Amino acid sequence: MSLHIHDRSRRRFFARVGAAAGALMLAGCDRLSQTDWFPRFLGSAETLNRTLAGTIAGRKAMAQEFSPADLSPTFRSNGTALPQNAEYQKLAASGFADYSLLVDGLVERPHRFTLAELRALPSRTQITRHDCVEGWSAIGKWTGARLSAVLDRVALKPNARYVVFHCADPMEDDGTMPYYESIDLDDAFHEQTILAYDLNDKTLPIQNGAPVRLRVERQLGYKHAKYVMRIEAAESLADINGGNGGYWEDQGYQWYAGI
Amino acid sequence: MTDSVSEPALAPAIPASSRSVEPPLYYRHRLPVRVMHWINVLAVTILFMSGLQIFNAHPALYWGKSSYTGQPALLEIGARENASGSLVGVTRIFGHEFRTTGVLGVSRDAGRTYRQGFPDWLTVPSHQWLSMARTWHFFFAWVFVINGACYLAYTIGSGHLSRDMWPTGADLRGIGASIIDHLRFRHPVGEAAKRYNVLQKFAYLVVIFVLLPLVVLMGMAMSPRLDTVLTGWVDIFGGRQSARTIHFLVAWALCAFVLIHVFEVIVTGLWNNLRSMITGRYRVPPEAA
Repeated sequence: MSLHIHDRSRRRFFARVGAAAGALMLAGCDRLSQTDWFPRFLGSAETLNRTLAGTIAGRKAMAQEFSPADLSPTFRSNGTALPQNAEYQKLAASGFADYSLLVDGLVERPHRFTLAELRALPSRTQITRHDCVEGWSAIGKWTGARLSAVLDRVALKPNARYVVFHCADPMEDDGTMPYYESIDLDDAFHEQTILAYDLNDKTLPIQNGAPVRLRVERQLGYKHAKYVMRIEAAESLADINGGNGGYWEDQGYQWYAGI
Repeated sequence: MTDSVSEPALAPAIPASSRSVEPPLYYRHRLPVRVMHWINVLAVTILFMSGLQIFNAHPALYWGKSSYTGQPALLEIGARENASGSLVGVTRIFGHEFRTTGVLGVSRDAGRTYRQGFPDWLTVPSHQWLSMARTWHFFFAWVFVINGACYLAYTIGSGHLSRDMWPTGADLRGIGASIIDHLRFRHPVGEAAKRYNVLQKFAYLVVIFVLLPLVVLMGMAMSPRLDTVLTGWVDIFGGRQSARTIHFLVAWALCAFVLIHVFEVIVTGLWNNLRSMITGRYRVPPEAA
């Protein structure tokens, strides 16, 4: 080379260029994350994820079930452990004797299910793994009414495309913004999708979502709505709360949580 | 068969007859390889850094089907307050505790300390933001996989794999000498510099056919939906939490590969190597020193 720069200073120069490029890249990634358009562009991959999942893992494919030996010693409580909601706490004080689950929206026969009614519906017991979006997993044994049985009872209207779960736990400190979630009909009518009322052969504890929580086993934990008070059949998610189909979805998490 | 000169596209770019003072430029990397290399650099960098941000949401690793098996975590990065009330970063590996304030568990910024697994400068985005990290990670996972599939198709279809990367008998017999040469920073010159050396071939083959497919597969193993493809397939790797641990370890193994790769690029001539991966032209180090 004809460059008359000392090797060491040239190396130092490249090291500085490298460090500067790295810092620039980091700052650039942060800047892009703050825009509206770039995360939306990156989010287009969600369609690919759903297509891939639907193609190689069939619509009715079953989540793995485990043996009692695999059960986690205690099933971790995450998110809300006790809803800060006076109405809910009143129900809890009487052991949910006055609780009922309203199922309405795009259905032929809206109905309020008491706990006794839910327990009388066709049920399923399954030992499954709960995968939190944060990265941890816990294994628990769940018993609950099949969501398909609940939906058959109220009869969905033909234009219903989503099932929305409205919950008792407020996500804001001032008691507003109740948790909610939604799933499509493939998951709603899936054999392992249940409204769980028992965990590890005991009545579902409050910290895990009493009296009723959703189990939708092929998706991440935040889809498994706890403290379900109302189920609404809907044609679109656009007009419900933030319009993205769930509390965490409104904060930027993926609606499709199978990945 | 390893003599790349027989390949027309790899012939010297400047005829030997032009009596230049400097050795001739040699066409070392073809366009598809160069383009896919740089796409891969971008994708793998973003995947690594957004992956560490995802890890920061729960900075612990386990072995088994779940995180709560009754066994302690293999690795745990956390923070606790010491007697004087300041934050101390603590990393536990197999029950051994290390103080890692400033790097792992607790970060410092302008005199302020805060809880954070891996530090800002290693993650995308830089501050705690799980949903955004996932958005980056899954987009670039597709970029990486599509680019990687194209590379595999090209490298096998064009003969690049069998011609340039598969070790020959002579390569295998020269392993010992090659190891010693590497340790002494003695690098091939002349004709030998036009070919990958045997350690390089092994490193590339392990990365391309073992580490990269494994990191993708272990990523898929963490998806509750992809777990349903064949019931229980994740248990082959020890379960979902084991798969997560393997994903993490392979990511760091790839990081180690990149560090060694970049080190070798620098010590064998940074500009010459960079040019060959940008324009394709490489100046062969002359035979006699």
